[in-house]
Amino acid sequence: MKFALSPEHLDFGASIRKLFESGSTAAAVRAWSAEDPAPGRTLIEQLAAAGAFGLTITEEFGGLDAEPLDQLVAFVEIGRAAAPGPLVESAAVVPALLQSLANTDSAPARRWLPGISEGTLSATVAFTGRGRAVAVDADRVDLVLVLDGDRVSTGRVGEAVRSVDPARRLFVVEADELVAEGPPVAAAAAAGFDAGVLANAAQLLGAGKALLDASTDYVKQRKQFGRPIGEFQALKQKLADVFIGLDLAEPLLYRAALTTATPNRARDTSAAAVACADAAYRAARSALQVHGAIGYTAEYDLSLWLTRVTALRTAWGTPDLHRGRVAEALRAPAADDPSGALT
Amino acid sequence: MDLDLDENTREFQREVREFLAANVPPEPLPSMDTEAGFEAHRAWENTLADTRLSVVSWPREFGGRDASLLEWVLFEQEYYAAGAPGRVSQNGIFLLAPTLFEHGTPEQLERIMPRMARGDDIWAQAWSEPEAGSDLAGIRSTAKRTDGGWLLSGQKTWSSRAAFADRAFGLFRSDPAAERHRGLTYLMFPLTAEGVTVRPIPQLDGEPGFAEIFLDDVFVPDNDVIGAPNEGWRVAMSTSSNERGLSLRSPGRFSATAQRLIELWTERGDTGTAARDAVVDAWIGSEAYRLHTFGTVTRLNEGGKLGAESSITKVFWSELDISMHETALDLLGAEAEQESRWTGGYLFSLSGPIYAGTNEIQRNIIAERLLGLPRGSSR
Repeated sequence: MKFALSPEHLDFGASIRKLFESGSTAAAVRAWSAEDPAPGRTLIEQLAAAGAFGLTITEEFGGLDAEPLDQLVAFVEIGRAAAPGPLVESAAVVPALLQSLANTDSAPARRWLPGISEGTLSATVAFTGRGRAVAVDADRVDLVLVLDGDRVSTGRVGEAVRSVDPARRLFVVEADELVAEGPPVAAAAAAGFDAGVLANAAQLLGAGKALLDASTDYVKQRKQFGRPIGEFQALKQKLADVFIGLDLAEPLLYRAALTTATPNRARDTSAAAVACADAAYRAARSALQVHGAIGYTAEYDLSLWLTRVTALRTAWGTPDLHRGRVAEALRAPAADDPSGALT
Repeated sequence: MDLDLDENTREFQREVREFLAANVPPEPLPSMDTEAGFEAHRAWENTLADTRLSVVSWPREFGGRDASLLEWVLFEQEYYAAGAPGRVSQNGIFLLAPTLFEHGTPEQLERIMPRMARGDDIWAQAWSEPEAGSDLAGIRSTAKRTDGGWLLSGQKTWSSRAAFADRAFGLFRSDPAAERHRGLTYLMFPLTAEGVTVRPIPQLDGEPGFAEIFLDDVFVPDNDVIGAPNEGWRVAMSTSSNERGLSLRSPGRFSATAQRLIELWTERGDTGTAARDAVVDAWIGSEAYRLHTFGTVTRLNEGGKLGAESSITKVFWSELDISMHETALDLLGAEAEQESRWTGGYLFSLSGPIYAGTNEIQRNIIAERLLGLPRGSSR
């Protein structure tokens, strides 16, 4: 039993964080929203060079064959930076989807995953039947996939839809050319969806951490009544609760990374999603409140995280869907785990 | 990163599970805060001690098994899952023992620990005073030098288990000229000594779970001082966030409550989404705390220290405990007010945000020591 990030994980996370910190990410996010994708693309190329897209792709399809946990470490940093682009879709969802499908049909994986792994191919994805079929950045990617029950098709890009987060550029997509169909597609879609949920939860945790850091810095320097407002207990207690929420959500995220290949995948993924979304949302509400009016402006960079958290909280399944999946698992008879592991 | 157990640890877990299955009383013992219940719980401590399971993490020479921190967490998990009796000895084994292991003399350890391990001596804590609650440094009870020892005078209050316990421990002002945290001495005293008057205080559940202790020139020999005289604050605080203490409240307790809640919810059939969500959140919360604890155990095994972080979990588990019991009462509806394990558990859970440092104090600690916010003057 060793339940902590290894020095290698910490180093990897630090290298991604450094990449974002030295790349004026906030400006790239704003440019991405304002139809200037160049600075964002530079960041994405750097992420690809760091290996972030091939982590969960096996060597057979040109990837690094790392653990799901490695990918979550990267997505915590992606969330902390509020980085733009179809990163969850390219790095998490499409690899999980196509590799699951490869159990019966490996042609799509062979066709697209090597490009994703090396960063030369970007992808986005829409799940129909889970609300309107929209995909982020569908006009800027090389591959659009549309999942509909037991069918997966490439997608045709339709009209743009505005998101509450301007950096999440949504497009209606429609199924175009059929890629595969049948029961294995439904299983692959579920695997892809869960990979997206988990990467999204990691992003939310990272965004929550960034919001807490911004809040802490702000209340230390902002003065009212002749003293830093961080001296006031009302704000101290509020930020302490944010800290508690994030600190207790994090282990659920790591546990979910350890059980992606077990029958508990849906339960643990959804538990992490609920906890990370709640913690990030609390961080966002508190950050806005402690910043006061400046936090409510579009000009101040805090807004990038506030709108991101608002969008991500429900982008990968509503709280109802996730609590429902946990509830279903809790009422099912417990599977006997012969390994005796603590998962 | 992994959550796997090696064969030795699994064997230990199996042994504990089998012992509990064979020995846990089928009917719950009467409340430990009644005279008969107190003695029944004392007898249970004795039964546990017979197989060295009362204090698994202690050294063998004092009745333990030298169990690792992980084994202790697993012992607690099995213990609560089996519905075993509450630990009447917990003030001694979780609060006093860590301090004695760090600051006690060999004579004290030999005299005190084996009896504590067997429940022969049950300990009460005597921290709070009428004017010293969250602000513990406001202690006014005194320890006056006398031949071969000290004379204790003053009043302690909210002393858990003091109504029926044998001995107590607490801080006393030994240097009248010193203020606040200075000039305090950590002392142990028998509750049966001449000059001690114990006045039990019924709690919300009607039973005397704590008491006031009045001391009038109570003689305590020098060998019942822990650490050096006038160094009591430092001695007490050095183990206040001890990993086996209340700051690392057994996750097993909350996992077991979550499990019982799931069973209640399942029995009730279709309860609607609000109840479903509350049950799911209870389970998620208990899992978060359990997994968080494995993270803490890993860190401590690698030489880390438990400091202000224990404030995070104190707030979390105490609020989780209340919300789980509230959910159970909601599920029970009109039956909820009828006395049951849930009503008892609910009333007890209400004390969680108050004891062991109120949650308001814990949040200030988090803000100041972990987030680095300024202390300021508006306390």
